[in-house]
Amino acid sequence: MLRVEARTTLGAFTLDAAIEAPAGGCLAIAGPSGSGKSTLLRIAAGLLRPAAGRVTWHDEVWLDTATRRDVASELRGCGYVFQDYALFGHMQVWQNVAYGLRNLSRAERRSRADELLGRFGIEDLATAKPRTLSGGERQRVALARALAVAPRALLLDEPLSALDARTRASASRELAAVLRDADVPALLVTHDFTEAAVLGDRVAVIDGGRIVQEGTPGELAAAPASAFVADFTGAVVLTGVAHAGAGGLTVVELDGGGSATSTDRRTGPVALSVHPWEISLQAAGAAGGGSAQNRLQAEVVTVTRIGNRVRVGLAAPQPLVAEITGAAVDGLHLVPGTPVTASWKATATRLVSM
Amino acid sequence: MTRGRAFPAALFVALVIVLAFLTLPIVAIFVRSSPGELVAALDDPGVLDALWLSLRTTLIALAIIVLVGTPAAYALATRSFRGKAIVTTLVELPLVLPPAVAGIGLLAALGPAGIVGGAIEDAGVRLALETAGVVVALTFVAAPFFIRGAQVAFASVDRTWLEASRTLGASEARTFLRVAIPAAAPGMLAGLALAWGRAVGEFGATLIFAGSFRGRTQTAPLAIYERLGTDFTAALALAAVLVVVSASLLLTAKLVGGSQVADVAR
Repeated sequence: MLRVEARTTLGAFTLDAAIEAPAGGCLAIAGPSGSGKSTLLRIAAGLLRPAAGRVTWHDEVWLDTATRRDVASELRGCGYVFQDYALFGHMQVWQNVAYGLRNLSRAERRSRADELLGRFGIEDLATAKPRTLSGGERQRVALARALAVAPRALLLDEPLSALDARTRASASRELAAVLRDADVPALLVTHDFTEAAVLGDRVAVIDGGRIVQEGTPGELAAAPASAFVADFTGAVVLTGVAHAGAGGLTVVELDGGGSATSTDRRTGPVALSVHPWEISLQAAGAAGGGSAQNRLQAEVVTVTRIGNRVRVGLAAPQPLVAEITGAAVDGLHLVPGTPVTASWKATATRLVSM
Repeated sequence: MTRGRAFPAALFVALVIVLAFLTLPIVAIFVRSSPGELVAALDDPGVLDALWLSLRTTLIALAIIVLVGTPAAYALATRSFRGKAIVTTLVELPLVLPPAVAGIGLLAALGPAGIVGGAIEDAGVRLALETAGVVVALTFVAAPFFIRGAQVAFASVDRTWLEASRTLGASEARTFLRVAIPAAAPGMLAGLALAWGRAVGEFGATLIFAGSFRGRTQTAPLAIYERLGTDFTAALALAAVLVVVSASLLLTAKLVGGSQVADVAR
């Protein structure tokens, strides 16, 4: 468990937030740029001291401004992956990875570095200089370097944002595996809600230096606490396993039950996303029909008006959210507890491999 | 000549004048006497003493400058504190100070009657009119060249490299040695070459503070001055050696300074 509470002013900007990464789990801190999310990571790592705050790791106190305790960065043992990876340009790749290894002979450091590089499939780059690497390769070196020191916590600052769209999907899969295996508390900063939902066990949405809502990705999408969170969460994200279906379509067996169809071609574990305004609601038991391929039985949990729209949170095997008009809500007599059928088109269903 | 060609032609003529004026004296050093005469003139114990003294004093001064100047430059590049702009300006002041002023200032401070010179002499160290005084004068005039170069080089090291080093378990001192210095090395070397060039050519401050005693404080530039009236060929030979040394140092600064740009861009 890694807990960060901080209040500090940087120029005209005030950060006042408390977050907690569960033991062995990942908290994604999601928010727009300039919202203070990277500042929280820097405070956790001891790279920035807030005016007031506390950082604790399990029952160890790393920072407590009240008692003037401040454990130096190098003694906190955080594996930090910087946004642009911050690989040392004057060192070879293996020397970067071995940088944090102490009290070992050169040969032992080299073999430990090679072992880590092998885990990321880039052992042949051991003697390359960082400037010759692609973005995806740099990201793997940065991860290997952070993991080399057997970190007590992982801090990841926009680990995927420097990658092109094609590399990002595979890098995201690898990163999810790293986070699963690491078994230490992890904080991951991102401006992309889908990324936060895929990589984080929980998501804290931050805006203007404050945490505006925290919960599982499904909870945030289904019951956003504010219009900002609603807008920010954007798409509904469901997880499942994809396989090829009839007519060139892909069928996704959703985790927890039910299935959905998409025109995207993927196989294996996927994150399925659909925009809330693509989802239409009908009274439960109403006859099918129409062109929507995807139909899930659900129950209304929340009804939130956002301007001229209404966001309807739904309990299905995985939480869903639909955005419809007030007239539709009134026509269907939607209140919490109402059973409905949610439907949307396969063509509006995006799949991302996990 | 039409109007449209006049200005480019004027630019070209100006450049030719500048080049001719600036290189003529250097060319003259090598052609005024034959190469054989120059080499023969070097084989004079006094000339060799001066060159040897210049080499020794400049190397000792550089060692002091690097040892103390590197951490000072790092502090200026990575710390913000009250009055930092004033400190930076004061460190740069010797760059523009007339050498004679530097020499008088050193005498007034460290000379036998200087404000701290008495205490230094009581401790058994004599600087004025001694070889050690030459080192002090060279250090004073050359240090800002290195410190400025190193400060700029340290400031251009990616801050996240230093932070990454800390999160990987390295103390600030270790980060300084293992990351900051190697990353800033090209800029530091360029500054060092310029500092050396300045130290090799030092004349005024050395003459005033340390005097011009053969074998003790008479560096190569002072030896040139002494031989002007008596042995012009020996003066030219010494000058030729200094031209070669200075040109090599300038070239070094340009070469390593240039590669630094590529390194920083990664």
